[in-house]
Amino acid sequence: MGNTLELNENNFSQEVLESNVPVLVDFWATWCGPCRMVGPVVEEIAVQYSGKAKVGKVNTEDNANLAGEYGVISIPTLIIFKNGKPVDQIIGAVPKEAIAKKLDAVLS
Amino acid sequence: MSEFDVLIIGGGPAGLTAGIYAGRAKLKVGMIERLMPGGQVAGTEFIENYPGFADGIAGPDLMMAMESQARKFGLEIMSGTIEDVDLNAGPKRIVVSGKTVTAKTVIISTGTDPKLMNVPGEKEFKGRGVSYCATCDGPFFKDKDVVVIGGGSSGVQESLYLTRFVRHIHLIEFMDHLNAERILQERARNHPKFTFYLNHQVLSINGEQKVASVTAKNRATGDSIEIPADGVFIWVGMQPNTDFLKGQVELNQWGFVTAGEDCKTSVPGVFAVGDVREKEIRQITTAVADGTVAAENALKIIESQES
Repeated sequence: MGNTLELNENNFSQEVLESNVPVLVDFWATWCGPCRMVGPVVEEIAVQYSGKAKVGKVNTEDNANLAGEYGVISIPTLIIFKNGKPVDQIIGAVPKEAIAKKLDAVLS
Repeated sequence: MSEFDVLIIGGGPAGLTAGIYAGRAKLKVGMIERLMPGGQVAGTEFIENYPGFADGIAGPDLMMAMESQARKFGLEIMSGTIEDVDLNAGPKRIVVSGKTVTAKTVIISTGTDPKLMNVPGEKEFKGRGVSYCATCDGPFFKDKDVVVIGGGSSGVQESLYLTRFVRHIHLIEFMDHLNAERILQERARNHPKFTFYLNHQVLSINGEQKVASVTAKNRATGDSIEIPADGVFIWVGMQPNTDFLKGQVELNQWGFVTAGEDCKTSVPGVFAVGDVREKEIRQITTAVADGTVAAENALKIIESQES
């Protein structure tokens, strides 16, 4: 998946918390059907917002601590980070427009 | 954009099967899908009762196979949100994410979504302990106690899946008996991780930041109990995705599209297939049957227009 960042406990601070553009983080897992459905939508968002925002993915199976830290107990959960803090989130698989609307609000 | 012979709305098993049949009949066939094809089955861990797979098959695998089969026969899949429809026009018009698509015939296969209970705490704690997907969220409740609401086949089947992770399941059912298939009831009743609360009505889901407990009332005695739990999984039925069809085709009192076994709706050239259609048995097998019937009937209409 070329357009999104593979996030883990080692690079999360640098790529997300210290990022100078907003970051959309997709918390997912291989066992989760709705995550597999929203995955390609998140890829499209990454292309569409290239240069304006970053998009990354956290595999909650491999990075349980990150999921725990941000209170993720339902996936897919998409969290938008700005200036090192979570500022908005979307729980469950939603259409692209719904994600774009939240990102636009954070970018404006 | 050129006009479609058949436009399918929704990419579950019914819609994809219609795509396979219509595509194989050399019709120009398109599909509008709000996310990615797969429907409810893509969120189901394992399918044991779809013929041809003696050892069962993972839901996502089955759906990816159906999708590639449909694409092979020329199905064009567009992702987007439906903003407006005019099914009574000729050709039929659908506005999807700002673009207008026209078609000679339309097949509605938008399926159903889990029904909300509308009790205090349900919306507030969605994603904070309230879940409608055991395969997604079960692993987050390892060694925790959870409440399951709904003793139908879905509720009991998903509960059995949850037993792999959770410490205990408190299953609340409004009726005084479980409605699940007998084979599922037996598995649950013989399982040490279950406590059943029959004839109980859920009053509220409680907590501060996340779910801490569920309050339910015994409908016979009127006594209330508070069950401590970290998670609440809700399966109280399904609601059809038909809001966009109001005023366009006839819906029944529950919002399902009125159509018989021929899948014909109140509007000529518009068909309803799968779970969204008014019917008794909602299974993958009945959904793919509907998809077949509707595609064949759409073909008849198009051939009669051409001749």
